[in-house]
Amino acid sequence: MESLNANKPKTRLSNSNLLFLIALVIFVLMYLLAIISFPGSFMQFQTFFDLFNLNAPLIIMTLGLCVVMIVGGIDISIGALCGLVTMACAMLLESEMGSIWGALLLALGIGIAFGLLQGYLIAYLEIQPFIITLAGLFLAQGLLTTLHKDPINVTMPAFVALRDFKIMIPWLGTQNRLGVFIPCQIKPGVIFVVVLVVFFAALMKWSRFGRNVYAVGGNIQSARILGINVKRTIFFSYVISGLTAGIAGFVFIMTTGAGNIGNGALFELKAIASNIIGGILLNGGVGNLLGAPIGTLTLLVINELIRAAGVQSNFQAIVSGLLLYLFIVLQGIVISLRGGRKFRIALPPWLRLPWLKGKKKAEKQG
Amino acid sequence: MQRSEIHIGLKAYLYRLSNLFLPLSVLVLLIVINLIKGADYFSFTMVKGAIYGNIPNILFGASELVILSIGMTLVTAASQGQDIGIGAAATITSAVFVWFVLNAGEVTLLTIVAAFLLSCVAGLVIGVFNGTLVSIFRVQPMVATLILFMGGRSIAFMIDGKLSPIMANDISNQIGTVIPGVPIQTPIILTVVFIAIVAVVLKTTNLRLYIESVGINPNAARLNGINPKKIIFLTFLIMGICTAVAGFIAVNKAGRHDSVNLLKFIMMDAILAVAIGGNKLSGGKFSITGSIIGAYTIEMLNRTLLRLEIETETIKAFKAVFIIILMVVGSPVVRVFAGKVINRVRTGRFRSVLKRSAPKSMNKE
Repeated sequence: MESLNANKPKTRLSNSNLLFLIALVIFVLMYLLAIISFPGSFMQFQTFFDLFNLNAPLIIMTLGLCVVMIVGGIDISIGALCGLVTMACAMLLESEMGSIWGALLLALGIGIAFGLLQGYLIAYLEIQPFIITLAGLFLAQGLLTTLHKDPINVTMPAFVALRDFKIMIPWLGTQNRLGVFIPCQIKPGVIFVVVLVVFFAALMKWSRFGRNVYAVGGNIQSARILGINVKRTIFFSYVISGLTAGIAGFVFIMTTGAGNIGNGALFELKAIASNIIGGILLNGGVGNLLGAPIGTLTLLVINELIRAAGVQSNFQAIVSGLLLYLFIVLQGIVISLRGGRKFRIALPPWLRLPWLKGKKKAEKQG
Repeated sequence: MQRSEIHIGLKAYLYRLSNLFLPLSVLVLLIVINLIKGADYFSFTMVKGAIYGNIPNILFGASELVILSIGMTLVTAASQGQDIGIGAAATITSAVFVWFVLNAGEVTLLTIVAAFLLSCVAGLVIGVFNGTLVSIFRVQPMVATLILFMGGRSIAFMIDGKLSPIMANDISNQIGTVIPGVPIQTPIILTVVFIAIVAVVLKTTNLRLYIESVGINPNAARLNGINPKKIIFLTFLIMGICTAVAGFIAVNKAGRHDSVNLLKFIMMDAILAVAIGGNKLSGGKFSITGSIIGAYTIEMLNRTLLRLEIETETIKAFKAVFIIILMVVGSPVVRVFAGKVINRVRTGRFRSVLKRSAPKSMNKE
């Protein structure tokens, strides 16, 4: 027995990974439930891809917000910022000197500018993040309405081509009633999502910045004592959040092709809700970055389920509120049970960090 | 000995005042801007025996915000988080109020009072819901109230049963505007009464001490015999009452219950009022006076921007810039810096000059 145990050292699952696992399990269960109740639509791969196709901006936004939430702050300006970026890009594309690369640069520029401003005020002047990002929300909304009030439909040929561009997957798809094979379609925004998810997951897991973010979010005092530059970490987390909001705005206009005042409105609350479902706590220091997209997908699947069930739109809001309630209570119970050390789960070996293994070996040798 | 005690007391008093310094100076600044715009700012007119004018309008317009920011101050101080569902909660309580009044048949003062009490019960139920989540399940307040924010307005809509029912009776009209014979608009009177009740409660009970100690350190409070869960739960109950009163005033002002737009983004303004009032959003010590002044400041800012004839599209951007400047001036870093500068001007310069000159003379000798 002893030798068996020695071969399989039990590493205690961190809260981050536990909450992430819960989110993942809930997502899978939700999707299975959806497949069982509506096999016609949810069995198709296209439905799954459409979750990404239509909601790519929201997923991108949650990634940046996730970093900020892990560092212990909050950013509620992202939705309005996304709307501002769509309108600015639409105006640029409609003007004579419009080009797609220019629009992308503009989107990144606006996002980074807001991130720099908010990050500086929050990190170096130590102002409460909620208030500053609230001011950022007002600023972005004000600028948006000042720029243009009416919806702009972008008619630039190159952009329309990009908007309608779809990647076909020839080996996946469904046959319609006439027996014609329709391949699955993916919009270019999904590529942004995949690249950014991989990039941020790597950043948070292996880079020095990512470790610093967890340390600062967990305990700001100990992080300072460890010699981490707390202010710079907080500053860059807000810059990242602004940057992702800018990218989300560009992806938004790439999918819809129009600038509108209502674009991205209340996305920040959707993003916060998705992050919470994904197991990222608002207190900071806890959360797996992959929880952000999983949480978003869970929220979207729930919404799709309610919509497919044909419930009245008022019930829809109430039901999604109730489900959020269930998740929150479930997380609370799990965390408090762990606080009492009543149960433990070993980390599966494929999730274990390489440096932890090394540590265990060193302990064994020592 | 006595003198030093007086000195310490004075210092504490000045410290308290220094927290109010920022909102008060902003208020003065806004008044100055308004006076530059037009010297008749303080003038008021009597219409049918009631006072109207710029200042009464501000007091009238900010009444719900003031009441909600009082509740928000208590919640923030105890639970170290904010309630973002207050707009939706007030919509639900006022929906209950409207439902009762419309179904009561003949509208008398008694039915209005009964309906108000019923809406208070609804507010308490909401408070229990949020309070249970925050205190027992230890959910962050912002997350717990996000639930109501998402679903609250739909619940209110279902209580209404139809699109925006209209409150067409004399009593609710009088509550929303003016009671004949009373020179001040009724919402202002209700706000003053509410503030007075809160002040009396805070003066006569230990609530302030308990809330502050729970907000500063819940564990230490628990070791000293204060039950943090109970206190946090209590603040959410108070918040429920506040939303009921605010919803009552708002729906009587509007004359109809619009469950989509009633008090729509008030939680942002309420949190802002708490922050402008010099309260920390991370809990602990609080100043209700500051929050009240902050709430009036926000209303005044909105009306000043309108008075300066700024286009409605750009008002939000101006507001944002104003908030940012305000928060930068009030930020801890700038405060510490300003304190150092003031100290140096007051004492430090002379002392440092003396210190520098003394060793030099010693060396020479």
